[in-house]
Amino acid sequence: MDVNAIVYAAVVLGGLGVLFGAILTFADKKFAVPVDERFVLVREAVAGANCGACGYPGCDGYANAVVKGKAGIELCTPGGQKTLDALANIMGKESAQTEVQVARVLCQGETGVVKPRYDYAGPHQTCHTAVSLAGGPSMCVWGCVGLGDCVKVCRFDAMKIENGIVVIDENKCTACGMCVMECPRSVIKLLPKAARVTVRCQNQAAPRDAKESCDRACIACRRCVKACQFDAIHVNDNIALIDPHKCTLCGECVKVCPTNAIEQLA
Amino acid sequence: MELSLTNFLLFMVNCILTNNFIFSRYLGCCPFLGVSSKVETAAGMGIAVTFVMALASLFTYSVYNYILVPLGIEYLITISFILVIAALVQFVEMFMKKSLPALYNALGIYLPLITTNCAVLGVTLLNIDNKYDMLWSVLNGTFGALGFLLAIVLMAGVRERLESSNIPKAFKGFPISLVIAGLMSVAFLGFAGLGGM
Repeated sequence: MDVNAIVYAAVVLGGLGVLFGAILTFADKKFAVPVDERFVLVREAVAGANCGACGYPGCDGYANAVVKGKAGIELCTPGGQKTLDALANIMGKESAQTEVQVARVLCQGETGVVKPRYDYAGPHQTCHTAVSLAGGPSMCVWGCVGLGDCVKVCRFDAMKIENGIVVIDENKCTACGMCVMECPRSVIKLLPKAARVTVRCQNQAAPRDAKESCDRACIACRRCVKACQFDAIHVNDNIALIDPHKCTLCGECVKVCPTNAIEQLA
Repeated sequence: MELSLTNFLLFMVNCILTNNFIFSRYLGCCPFLGVSSKVETAAGMGIAVTFVMALASLFTYSVYNYILVPLGIEYLITISFILVIAALVQFVEMFMKKSLPALYNALGIYLPLITTNCAVLGVTLLNIDNKYDMLWSVLNGTFGALGFLLAIVLMAGVRERLESSNIPKAFKGFPISLVIAGLMSVAFLGFAGLGGM
């Protein structure tokens, strides 16, 4: 066998490789694109969960938009106050006190509280599938289905299913909003963490139907409206809604609510 | 082949329509389906491929005839051509990042994918098989890529309209795209024999 054949092959391919490598190295320097040094800093300061809460594709996308001045510095909710301060520092903007938000489940329809419509035993144990079948497994078409689509999208391990309803760990929730988008019933809302009194029901059915479907439904009786001395509660569409900025957490509405639809957190 | 206007025109028609890379050779189908959702990016991809294919034809011709043939190691044709193409694509990517950042962002992942675009390797190997000289190799690369550009832009135009059409659920997205690719291929069959090559 001709040894030269091996030598030629090795030399030619190796030579070509080295040649192209050299050209590319040169081109890399020649065509180097200066990266805004603030981009690196911003990228480090944001939470880095790639959760999409800011509305940009990933943390890189958001950092890019911030550096270019296209996005505000306050959009990274998972990063919280720390990220906001850091971004304000990098971008030379005033830091603001953010209103800390958390995701709240506006439903108390645990197993036994809300009446079942049927027993859902389909192969796809997801809320999206369940709600598309005859109005969902429970009699209330506004409530939590409890199959945990939101739990699957939560990147912060802040959610779990208990007694057929989703429970959010306030301390782990970063208000990224992924669960809010995922929920087919829109039963999860972002609310200020300071708002400790919430009407945990969204049942807009007529009062009698609401009461029939769930023991803890808001039946729009307006007792809370009368009890509130601060004009913080109003009833619209058969549902009471508390204005978190007017509420003083006095707890009067909680006491008068006949169905315990209003809840006061510690 | 002698260089004359008739030959040139025939060759052009032949490369772009009759032996269209997508519709009659079935090469380069990955970007054809992947980057054809918007006319703008499709055109950008087509232009990038044109650039790479023309340059690749030139370089691979040189590598084959001036290095591989004299040393009698023609069997290294595939690996050395892949090397040339990969380096070229890398170079084009750097160049584009610097000079055409908008296009660079629009093409995204598909730009490095030109490296593995079989149309590029295909055209360089066809050049050698057909024993084209340097000029015809470059012309073959350029016109072949223009055929690719035509195909991908046509496809993107159709797919843009599909967005607003009422399509059965099972056919939405890729299935209908593949059906359309097939229909377009049949349509291009009508050019068979044209160009006389």
